[in-house]
Parts: sequence; structure tokens; C-alpha cells
Amino acid sequence: MSENGPVQTRSPVLTVRRVDAYHAITVVAPQIAERFRSGQFLSVGVGGEHSSMLLRRPFAIHDVKPDYGGTVEFLFAVRGAGTAWLAERRSRDLIDIVGPLGRPFPLPRDPVNCVLVGGGSGAAPLFPLAHALRRRGCRVDFVLGAASADRVFSAISARRIAETATFTTDDGSFGVRGRVTDALERVVADARSDVVYACGPMPMLGRVAAAAARMDIPVQVAVEEDMACGTGLCMSCVVPVVGEDGITRMARACLDGPVFRGERVRFDDVGTIPFDALGAPGWKARADEQGATGAADREAGCA
Amino acid sequence: MRVTCDLRTRLGGLELANPVVAAAGCAGTGRELARFYDIARLGAVATKSVMLQPRAGRPAPRMAESPSGMVSAVGLQGPGVEVFVQRDLPWLQSRGGTTVVSVAGSSAEEYAEVARRLPAAAGVAMIELNLSCVDSAGRGSHFVDDAGEAARVVRAVRGAADPDVPVFAKLAADVPDPVALAGACVEAGADGLSMVNCLRGMAIDPATLRPALAGGMGGVSGPAIRPIAVGCVYRTHAALPEVPIIGMGGVGTGADALEFIAAGASAVAVGTVNFADPSACVRILRELEELLEERGVDRITDVVGAAHRPMGAVQGR
Repeated sequence: MSENGPVQTRSPVLTVRRVDAYHAITVVAPQIAERFRSGQFLSVGVGGEHSSMLLRRPFAIHDVKPDYGGTVEFLFAVRGAGTAWLAERRSRDLIDIVGPLGRPFPLPRDPVNCVLVGGGSGAAPLFPLAHALRRRGCRVDFVLGAASADRVFSAISARRIAETATFTTDDGSFGVRGRVTDALERVVADARSDVVYACGPMPMLGRVAAAAARMDIPVQVAVEEDMACGTGLCMSCVVPVVGEDGITRMARACLDGPVFRGERVRFDDVGTIPFDALGAPGWKARADEQGATGAADREAGCA
Repeated sequence: MRVTCDLRTRLGGLELANPVVAAAGCAGTGRELARFYDIARLGAVATKSVMLQPRAGRPAPRMAESPSGMVSAVGLQGPGVEVFVQRDLPWLQSRGGTTVVSVAGSSAEEYAEVARRLPAAAGVAMIELNLSCVDSAGRGSHFVDDAGEAARVVRAVRGAADPDVPVFAKLAADVPDPVALAGACVEAGADGLSMVNCLRGMAIDPATLRPALAGGMGGVSGPAIRPIAVGCVYRTHAALPEVPIIGMGGVGTGADALEFIAAGASAVAVGTVNFADPSACVRILRELEELLEERGVDRITDVVGAAHRPMGAVQGR
């Protein structure tokens, strides 16, 4: 329908491979590849045409290549029947894909220093971001964390793309023992980083956003929330986000996000309706919010 | 020569170009689906339920997958009628389609007050009263299970709404007597019925042994509930043959839509399947048209309620 909006395609699988503890599927999807900007995701229908699994599975786009008119790669771990079905796909199987979805990472106009922080397979969208930043002349440093060595994601490509790559594991089996935030401040100081980009589990994003606030540098986060549709219809994936008008709204991770300014997301209140959110139980329209019509257009503090 | 079937259908005083409606709560504001196709191609788009004030809804998790369906409890998140009328309604009107505005409330007065602000001139083709949203009360009960209460809401809205705007009552199937509930709404002035809304249910997380949704109870929707919905439409059409019905509940294909039409629905709404397939509504419309043409049906209205007629009574060309 539009030049850069999402498209729905039945795309042939090119390859299915293992990447560390994860599966990676590459599909031929030229329209998605051509529209993609880093941070965006796709959603996949699972189980085939007469599937009893109705909900689409969202996956971050990990790589886009010009081969065969345009290919897109996404990663996943087998967590249930849907991802198990996906892991069994073979070359030339057709899968139902919708993408690219969501707000991408905003890119700096100037060649600034960027530190990219990821947790587990949640780090996937940082790789196309790193390439996009490098093309703009930005310095890129990686801080990647995981539970254990086999969950550290694409260590080799991180080292290849970035100026420096620092790894942390909870059990110390690879890199530094501890969390990404234990290493972040030193990396930011050494690299003179101007901006942080982060994606991974919500608690990690909350700690990264807090660390960035302490260091007084801007942070963009790509959030992970369970989604049923990925297209903004079902209202399942909501996160409390403060708008430019200072009002908290329940924003859809799939449509208003997944990328938000870190300081706008109320990480401590994820999974709740904050008492002061617009329309929370007991909420009463105040005089200054009665003009909420203008505010409606400024919803969700994205980018 | 390909002879096309006349897909125009009537819902009381309202004519739709075709019988496929994007169901309330599953079509966003219309903008989300418009990224995939021209929404004016549909018979109508039903909005998310509009309430008087902004509403944040329930905390996440709000949904869990279930066999051929889902359990969900969004809690009627929405911007409130003022923002809806200023922001969403003009946009829908600018697309040139037909807009059904779903209305919810926590009292008959609230329903009426919202309805009062939705005139035909603003592009409101129909008001659909969400009398059965599982999560509106938050106790796992529908706000309006009781025929007397439902009738009170319908009467209040019919009195307050623009007389040119038809008012439909959207009802649940899991009430003691859905046909009696439908009859009470019609008696109170409803111009037609939308049936059915999602059914009350729950999913329990096998890891935590706690309800999977933050709200505990939710609404079960999707193809899993389709036979229940078809049965409800069939029984209601048998009892109230003159009352127009929008049939819904797990419609995923043109054949599913035709089932509802044969049961007595004059139009069919597509809900949860939009989540699985953002192009579902236009695909279903195409499939339905092909099915009707294969059967040699001239007008879709010829097959409304076909299941109630003796075998062979529905003639094709």
C-alpha cells in the first residue's frame, strides 16, 4: 500500500542454519529487504496453512543481503511448538512473513561514537545497526552479554565490525563475569561514546537506560514484549512510555516501538499500569489534560 | 462470460457494498490495516470500543495462545470519545469507507453519553454496543449478562443517539439464553444484532501454575469458537427472522463467512484472524465472492438464512 510500509509475502526459505545456541533462517524477500531499516522486525506465521497456532511470531531482523533480489535473516531459539516447526523448515519451503515492522533506530547525522549493548539473541538487531553506523563513519563498540558462553551471540562478527567488543557472561565462562552494565561505563569512558543503543531483555534494558542517564548520554532501546499480531491491532505488547507532553501512555511495542528513547520507558513499571498513566484506574481528566486532543498526536516518546 | 454476484447487503436501513466487516477490537483504528490494503474495499470497518474517558486497559500479559484461538484481556484501552472524534473518526471518514463505531461503558448513562457524540454527519454509519466485553468489568463477568440490564443500555442509547444512526447490540454466546437476550435488545430498540463476542475463559501458565493473563479471566476468540457462534446466529435468526445480524466468531475463510450467512447473518465480521493474517478481510471477501459465483448465486441476500430452508430451496443459476 505504501512505499515504506510493511508487506506480507509468502517467501521461500533459502537456508536454515545454527548460529551458536540459535537457529537462523534466511528467506528471499526483496520487498522487505529493500524497505528494512535497522531495529525493525518481521513476524512469521507458524504451523502451515491449517495451523491451530494462530498468533504470528515476531523476530528481529539480523541481516539483510542483496542476493536473489534481497534476502532477510532472522534468529530464534526453539521455545515451543511454533519455533520447533520453524526450525524444521528446509530450503524452498514457503513461509508467511510480514515486515518490516516497527520504528527503526534513529541514526545520528554526524559521525559520532556509538556503543551497542545487547543481551543474548536479543543482540541480533545490533548487527545491521552496526553496519549502518559504520557506513556513516561512526565509531562502533560492542558490549554483549549472556548467561553463558554458548549464548553469547555472534562474538566473531561483533569483533569484526566494531572497534572493540567486550563480552560478559553470568557464569564467567566467556569474557568478563557479570552483567553488561558492569562493563558499560568503562567502555563508554575508553571509547568516548556519545550515544548508547541497546536491545535485549527488559531488565537489562532498564539497567542500561539507568547507566546511560548517570553518564548523561542519550540511549535508544529496542524493547522485547510478547506480541500476538505485530501489526498494532491486538494491543497485547504494551509498555508504559512517557510522551513528549510528560503523560504516560500504554504504547504498543510493535507499532510505537520497538525502539524508544531509553529515558521514556518506565522500566520499573513494565507489566503494570502505572497509577498516573493516561486512563489508569481512578484516573481523572485534569484541566491541563482535557486538551488531550493535541496530546494524542504526540503520543509515545519515540525518537 | 463471468457473471458476478451482487454482494450488496442490508443491515436495516444501512446498505453495505459487501458483507465483510473488520470486527471491533481487531481492526485497530483502521490505520494499521490500511498499510496492507484499501480499507474502503470492505463492507465496513468497526472501531475499537470507544468509552467516555481515556482508558489504559489491563497490565500485560494480555494474551495467551490457545488451540485455534487466543485468550485475551486488553481491558478496553483507548483514547476516549473526545480524541476518537477529533483524531480517528475524521481519518476513517477521509478514506471513504463505512465506519461502525463500537461503544462501551460502565453504565447505561456512559453508553448514551458516548453515543450522543457520534452523529451520522461525522461519518458514523452504525453504533455497535459492546454489551459483552469480558474484560470491561474485570471480574470475569460481562458488564451486561442480564436481559433487563442490556435492554436498559439499548434504550438509553437509542434515546440519545442520532436517529439516522442504526444501533446494533453486540452480544455474548455464553449467557443462559442468548436468544432471549437478543430479543430483549430488539424490544428495547436495537436495529440489529452483532453476535458473538468472545467467550469467557482462562489460560494457566504450566510453569507458574498461575493464570497466564494479568487479568486472570479473558475472552476466548478465534476459529475455536466458530461452531458456537454459528449456532447462536442460527437460533437467533430462527426466532427473529426480520432482525439483521452481523455474524462473527472465528471467521478465517470465505467458506466460514458463508456458514454465518447461511445461518442467518446479513454481514460477517472478521476478528482474531486479522492478527494471524493482516490481509484476512480482503482475502475472505475474494474467497466468498468466488464461492458464490461457483454456486451461481446472483445476489448474496438470496443465501442469507439458507440453512433454515429445506434442502434444494436455494437455487443457483
